[in-house]
Amino acid sequence: MHDLYSFFTGPFAWLTFIVFIGGSVWRFSSLWQLAQKKDGHVFEYMDTKFALRSIAHWLVPFGSRSMKLNPAMTVVTFLFHICLFITPIFVFGHVILWKENFNISWFTLPNAVADVMTFIVIASCIFFLWRRITLPEVKYLTTPSDFVILFIVAAPFITGFWVYHQFAGSAFMTIIHIISGEVMLMAIPFTKLFHMFLFPFTRGYIGSEFGGVRMAKDW
Amino acid sequence: MSESNSATESKNSGIKKIDDQGILKGVEGLTPEKIESVIQQVITNETGARLKVYVDTCVHCGLCSKGCHYYLSLNDPKFSPAGKVKQTLAEIMQKKGKVSPEFIKQAAVIAYTQCNLCKRCAMYCPFGLDVAYVMSVMRRICHKLGVVPLYIQDTAHSHSVTMNQMWVKDDEWVDTLMWQEEEAQEAFENLRIPLDIEGADLFYSVIGPEPKFRAQLIFQAAVIMNAVGENWTMPSMPGWDNSDMCMFTGDYEMMERLKRCHFESALNLRAKRIVMGECGHAFRSVYDVGNRALGWRMPPIEIIHAIDYFNELFEQNRIKIKKKFDTPVTLHDPCNVSRGRGLHDKARNLVNATCSNFIEMVPNREHNYCCSAGGGVINCGPPFKNARVESGKEKARQLLEAKEKGAKVVIAPCHNCHGGLEDIIHHYNVGMELKFFGDIIYEILDLP
Ligand code: HEM
Ligand code: SF4
Ligand code: SF4
Repeated sequence: MHDLYSFFTGPFAWLTFIVFIGGSVWRFSSLWQLAQKKDGHVFEYMDTKFALRSIAHWLVPFGSRSMKLNPAMTVVTFLFHICLFITPIFVFGHVILWKENFNISWFTLPNAVADVMTFIVIASCIFFLWRRITLPEVKYLTTPSDFVILFIVAAPFITGFWVYHQFAGSAFMTIIHIISGEVMLMAIPFTKLFHMFLFPFTRGYIGSEFGGVRMAKDW
Repeated sequence: MSESNSATESKNSGIKKIDDQGILKGVEGLTPEKIESVIQQVITNETGARLKVYVDTCVHCGLCSKGCHYYLSLNDPKFSPAGKVKQTLAEIMQKKGKVSPEFIKQAAVIAYTQCNLCKRCAMYCPFGLDVAYVMSVMRRICHKLGVVPLYIQDTAHSHSVTMNQMWVKDDEWVDTLMWQEEEAQEAFENLRIPLDIEGADLFYSVIGPEPKFRAQLIFQAAVIMNAVGENWTMPSMPGWDNSDMCMFTGDYEMMERLKRCHFESALNLRAKRIVMGECGHAFRSVYDVGNRALGWRMPPIEIIHAIDYFNELFEQNRIKIKKKFDTPVTLHDPCNVSRGRGLHDKARNLVNATCSNFIEMVPNREHNYCCSAGGGVINCGPPFKNARVESGKEKARQLLEAKEKGAKVVIAPCHNCHGGLEDIIHHYNVGMELKFFGDIIYEILDLP
């Protein structure tokens, strides 16, 4: 058990960071190079002011008509993304690891808060799953990989919740928790999860085109 | 309510039997090898990261659905923007171009007739993924494969032979102008439609269907220009037609020829600027797509839409009216000039300057629904007419809502929109009258 633990917190963790960072840099730079070669217009029309204007509207809850038409989705997705992002970075158990391994540390979330945030992520994933299964327009678009990715994202939070609450077999679950977190990070560059890096560019481009050429809002 | 019944019946049917000889004959000549090589050619030579990102980044959340009037009208996920990508380029990219002729047949119907390229979905997708761009790539592939709906391909042929959309011969064009000049002289003594005047302040261009079917619009424009004492001209030679169906079939080489001819026609006369009639797609072709293809970030000569020009006449007090038009009106914002060029505020100024009772339809401005005719869909002709009118159900609902609030006239400053709205108004018994701004201004104009 301990061997497994040290493998997944040691060499495998390094591999994870290499794959996540290296993969993201590779994917990003290959897209960038391709864009420079083939999508000259994107650079031509990209405009910082209009790009930021559009991104800002889409990062504010209910900042677009689309969000107003889908209020439940808007509330859930904002809570989901915030908790998804904040919890793993500021949960006490993780900060301790940084402290122990690299002697750096930062602000931590009170355990009860982190617990609620974890629960929000899990509940949101159930909501997304429910949408995928029941809403015809989402169901039609859904591919098997969408379920797999949703599971990959939910798994670290489910297992983290499990470990924190000391449910049965939590020692073993700790290892699953570590593995699932690592799998999620490694999946980012190679799946639609890469949207976290592409969002500013896709939104920014359409915002620039709407702002600078079409002279219309895009939210 | 037999209309709405027939619309519900179509639910889930996706593509009905295809009755289009352009598509059917085109597909007959295809082999898997030819398909693959053309797809590879288009994907690797003509597209890049933008297409890849649009197809790969989509998180399949379905939020774009409510952006598309096809989905809203038919309530069928196959008609959602991302649903159309799924049935076309997503599969093509996944299979690296190894798709069957049957697949191309369906993809052509989707790309040419189930998307108006209105770009409304880009305002509803959180990532701003532009499905109209993806559908244009699909059309480009179909064009190169020779699988294009017959009727729109005929207009593209006309463009390549005559440089106008409607097979108007050079002498017929000049004849029509002289005939309209004569007619207009009854309303306005000594009226001229000046041809080929060098250095005019304003070069007026129209779309091919104007001389062919709606010549009275040229007459009205001439009366307005004369009434305000405009120093204007029209060209007597090819270049007079600003429309562009080649942009919609995917024939970009031909589109470039057309745009070059139009711009050059004005530049050769050293006109100060181009004013174009009330057409949306033509505006898109000169202001957004065609100039880009030719390598001009913005058009090489100032070019403005009639809304802009008429609004200017009122703002500068150059035009006199007898009294405002007093039947209650509503305004349809054409995609290509509102979402395409932000003219919605100027259009409202103009409505308020010309009409005494204005009722908004909802949603409006950038968010207005397409007339279901745009993007060349109406030009695909009778084989697709019923499907087109069914996809306008949501538009009909929107019009009826405005009617309930009292509106009796719909102002639609776009030719395509007129075609589409006319069919919708008829089919759903909306019972509203359609007008151009030119019609209204002509009616209330105080002739000197
Ligand atoms: C910081 C940048 C990020 C932005 C701007 C962003 C934005 C979005 C947007 C706009 C959606 C569309 C659907 C929705 O509103 O839920 C979405 C969905 C999603 N995001 Fe993100 N995201 C980011 C980061 C992440 C990260 C880091 C992950 C996980 C590794 C993630 C996981 C997901 C998942 C799983 C969905 C799909 C939900 C479903 O299946 O319907 N996101 N994201
Ligand atoms: S461009 Fe318009 S018609 Fe086409 S998918 Fe988007 S919203 Fe629908
Ligand atoms: S809204 Fe955007 S990301 Fe979501 S399914 Fe539609 S195209 Fe894809």
